[in-house]
Amino acid sequence: MSEVIVEKVSKTMDDLQVIANISLSVKNGEFVVILGPSGCGKSTLFHIISGLIMPDIGRVYINGSDWTGKTGQVGYMQQKDLLLASKNVQTNIAIPLLLKGEETKLAYKKVQENLADFGLKGFENYYPRELSGGMRQRAALLRTFMFTKDILLLDEPFASLDAITRRKMHLWLKDLCISYNSSVLFITHDIEEALMLADRIYVLSNRPASVKAEFHLNLHNSFSEKELLKIKILSLLE
Amino acid sequence: MKKLPNILSKFAPLITITILFSLWELGVRLYGVEPWILPSPLQVANALITSANVLVHHTLTTLMEALLGFMVSIILAITVAFLLTNINWLNKAFYPLLIVSQTIPLITLAILFTIWFGWGLLPKVLVVVLVCFFPITINLINGLNSVDIDQVALFHSMGASSWDTFKMVRFPHALPAFFTGLKISATYSVMAAVVGEWLGAKQGLGYFMTITQKSFAIDKVIAAVVVICIISLILVKIIEIAEYFLIPWNRLNQ
Repeated sequence: MSEVIVEKVSKTMDDLQVIANISLSVKNGEFVVILGPSGCGKSTLFHIISGLIMPDIGRVYINGSDWTGKTGQVGYMQQKDLLLASKNVQTNIAIPLLLKGEETKLAYKKVQENLADFGLKGFENYYPRELSGGMRQRAALLRTFMFTKDILLLDEPFASLDAITRRKMHLWLKDLCISYNSSVLFITHDIEEALMLADRIYVLSNRPASVKAEFHLNLHNSFSEKELLKIKILSLLE
Repeated sequence: MKKLPNILSKFAPLITITILFSLWELGVRLYGVEPWILPSPLQVANALITSANVLVHHTLTTLMEALLGFMVSIILAITVAFLLTNINWLNKAFYPLLIVSQTIPLITLAILFTIWFGWGLLPKVLVVVLVCFFPITINLINGLNSVDIDQVALFHSMGASSWDTFKMVRFPHALPAFFTGLKISATYSVMAAVVGEWLGAKQGLGYFMTITQKSFAIDKVIAAVVVICIISLILVKIIEIAEYFLIPWNRLNQ
């Protein structure tokens, strides 16, 4: 079981309220998309859920326990791939395992087992600089998965990719998360991306960010239903 | 079509030097300049050969001082950069002093060092350290501070200790800047040792130059300058080779 509950979280940074009373949840195996305008405080929300910063008010529960302000429970991938330029792909991906104190050989073996799924087979000895943008994002994603497959925070992971690559990555990511039964929180400001991936969508307001609306989707939604939803969300975002 | 410019660019420094030396040689001969005012390049080359034994002896002394000072500078720079970037109040307390240490005229200090520590090895090494320590430290501090804070946050989110983060993120990130500092310092190190010797020594290239200068053997003075240039260039080359092997990921930049 892996689930996240964010309860009435607020945060003020540099005299500016960034997050105002946000509550949300992710159930086991659910793909939840957080949709909001750029710069509305979504990334701060993720920093709070990952435990990197403390909220002023509110708690974060992971699998039923209070993990507010404590790191180490969720895999967190930020917008930038943040691969270390000084390490090759294999070492970069193995970092979460190495940090946990796993033996280098064993860590590399685990990385090797997953490279093919992430389309990185044969590139393990390349430096990040030698890879394409799509491959770098996949490497960063695999690094996140190496930390944990259960709960993932993905902050606009495909924002820097071209449209075609991004579409491919969507299908691939969705499949991957279903096969690993991962619980995912995914930030984006792209409605198409949200509709493509989500089981559920939270629409956030402008700063200070708060939850404006919540939408449930399922595989049976027809094209016209999705178009209707898109218009609804668009009107909310204006 | 592309080959010719390639070859040209490879030999460009050699061609430039040859042309300049030819002009120099020609000028000295044409105007009959006395060798105790300005010797011709051929006379300098001659001095290099005839004084080779003496030059080697003095060069070894200078090189020893320069290398010792350089090593001490590296160790000192790494220690200081590590402390200043990790402990905020230390940074506030000592960073200004670091800058001030560079504004004191080198000659004054070199004289004082001779007064305090005599004519031996120590005052020369101190001058070298004073000159070399600063570029390495400043570059290393800049390198350590320019690391992406999101990168550090990511490591934090994965439960890394600050030592892990230093070892895996900060230090490798700072290495290219560190080597920039090393290259600058390497060019200064020999020069600094010579300055130290100039003001009081019993051996070394600086000592050799003061003596030969006083006897108006300008060809020998310039010969010593040539030696200084060559060993400085060799030092820089060695550092560039070390950089090539120690920062393989940076090669892709070029």
